[in-house]
Amino acid sequence: MIAVALLARIGRLFLNFLESAGRLGIFAGVAVSHCFRPPWFPRILAQQVLSIGYYSLPVVGLTTLFTGMALALQIFEGTSRFNAEGSVAWIVAIGMTRELAPVLGGLMVAGRVGAAMAAEIGTMRVTEQIDALTTLSTNPFKYLIAPRLIAGTTMVPFLVLVGDIIGIFGGYIISVNVLGFNPGGYVQNTWDILETIDIVSGLVKAGVFGFLVTLMGCYHGFFSRGGAQGVGAATTNAVVTASILILSANLIVTQLFFSN
Amino acid sequence: MSDSKISLRGVRKSFGRNVVLDGIDLEVGRSESLVVIGGSGTGKSVTIKCILGLLRPDGGTITVDGEEVTRIRGADRDRVLRKFGMLFQGAALFDSLRVWENVAFGLIQGRGMARAEAKAVATSKLAQVGLGPEVGELGPAELSGGMQKRVALARAIATDPEIIFFDEPTTGLDPIMADVINDLIVNLVKSLGATALSITHDIASARKIADRVAMIHEGRIIWSGPVEELDDSGNAYVDQFIRGRAEGPIQMQVHRL
Repeated sequence: MIAVALLARIGRLFLNFLESAGRLGIFAGVAVSHCFRPPWFPRILAQQVLSIGYYSLPVVGLTTLFTGMALALQIFEGTSRFNAEGSVAWIVAIGMTRELAPVLGGLMVAGRVGAAMAAEIGTMRVTEQIDALTTLSTNPFKYLIAPRLIAGTTMVPFLVLVGDIIGIFGGYIISVNVLGFNPGGYVQNTWDILETIDIVSGLVKAGVFGFLVTLMGCYHGFFSRGGAQGVGAATTNAVVTASILILSANLIVTQLFFSN
Repeated sequence: MSDSKISLRGVRKSFGRNVVLDGIDLEVGRSESLVVIGGSGTGKSVTIKCILGLLRPDGGTITVDGEEVTRIRGADRDRVLRKFGMLFQGAALFDSLRVWENVAFGLIQGRGMARAEAKAVATSKLAQVGLGPEVGELGPAELSGGMQKRVALARAIATDPEIIFFDEPTTGLDPIMADVINDLIVNLVKSLGATALSITHDIASARKIADRVAMIHEGRIIWSGPVEELDDSGNAYVDQFIRGRAEGPIQMQVHRL
């Protein structure tokens, strides 16, 4: 009997999972299709670009600055064990552009932007504002979701590009001021080692993460229910699912770029 | 009944195992004000949401101006929705926008009217519900509940709709403000010549704004008639409801200790 009950529970969980995955797939498909069909709402898009791109700059900038600094210290100590301290510059450069700026930037944006989106859209759902949009001849997908997806997918790469520069600069500050590197040599090293693919792969990742963060924020907000508690749960779920999707998508994109 | 503006036939809707609408039949005549009364959770809001297409019924037909609307989508749905205005129970004002932008929303976003022109319309609609132009510059959160309701009312009539839905228009208001809202509804509906469908459990409000009353119970319409006949409907359910008695054929789901 216990075995049957256990199987039933596993089966139910699996069915629930399939149902959510299907609902998310349909939601994503509809949302993306509305990004490419008029009418567009330039005013709302501009607001979202400002809120995601501009207001996330301090968070992403500080994150990558401290990460670049800590990375330089760690790599210096680690490589000094086999007398390869000279590799600090290029490990910082490649580490930041390929991996750390996109992933940490994506996670910070998930916490800052994804949560706010889920809370805002969730509140609009439970106070019937989304229904009100529909009755005022305005499609909520076009008005609420498409501008956020477009802004997220384009602005996170911009943030990560800024983060790349700040992160490498953080490594430079520590290397030159604390570890005694030659300033000109450090910059030259970084410049010599960096290839276009390092930057581009990081920016592609950032685009994917930006899409995932905004999609999760919108999806969980859109289907939230049950008042304040429901909106709270939507916010948590948006951040948790976005973070896990970022980390798993990071692995997949890395493999696609660098597996051979 | 060829003159009905809205007609529902055998509309059914369930959420999981919970049957909410169990074959609703309802007619709303042209320029008529119909009030649907009924207790909480009897399917009043779901009925309105089915007509608007916010929910898709499981069965039955809904026609607006003789056009079947339960399966339409896209551009056809937009065209039908343009006939409607709706006052939501909690006002449902967009709190990211100022008051006048809320009122003008359907004009600017829905119909592509220029902002300056739409603002003039919004100001005149605000005046119709007794609010001055200075209120238009405030945010919805700065208004009292009664003022929010009036702004929502102005928004519902901004596009001069043919049909207006009122979802619990007086819930949560003090008796005087409730009566102000009732008067506004009666006057606005009359001056627009609109068809009105209201749902409420406020009997005083129903008496004031209704031409005809229908009572919903357990997902069906169990009585309907002119408002003058409300007091001698000969229906025990209606009698119990309008007199607000705990004893009667309607049994509340209260667990006894």
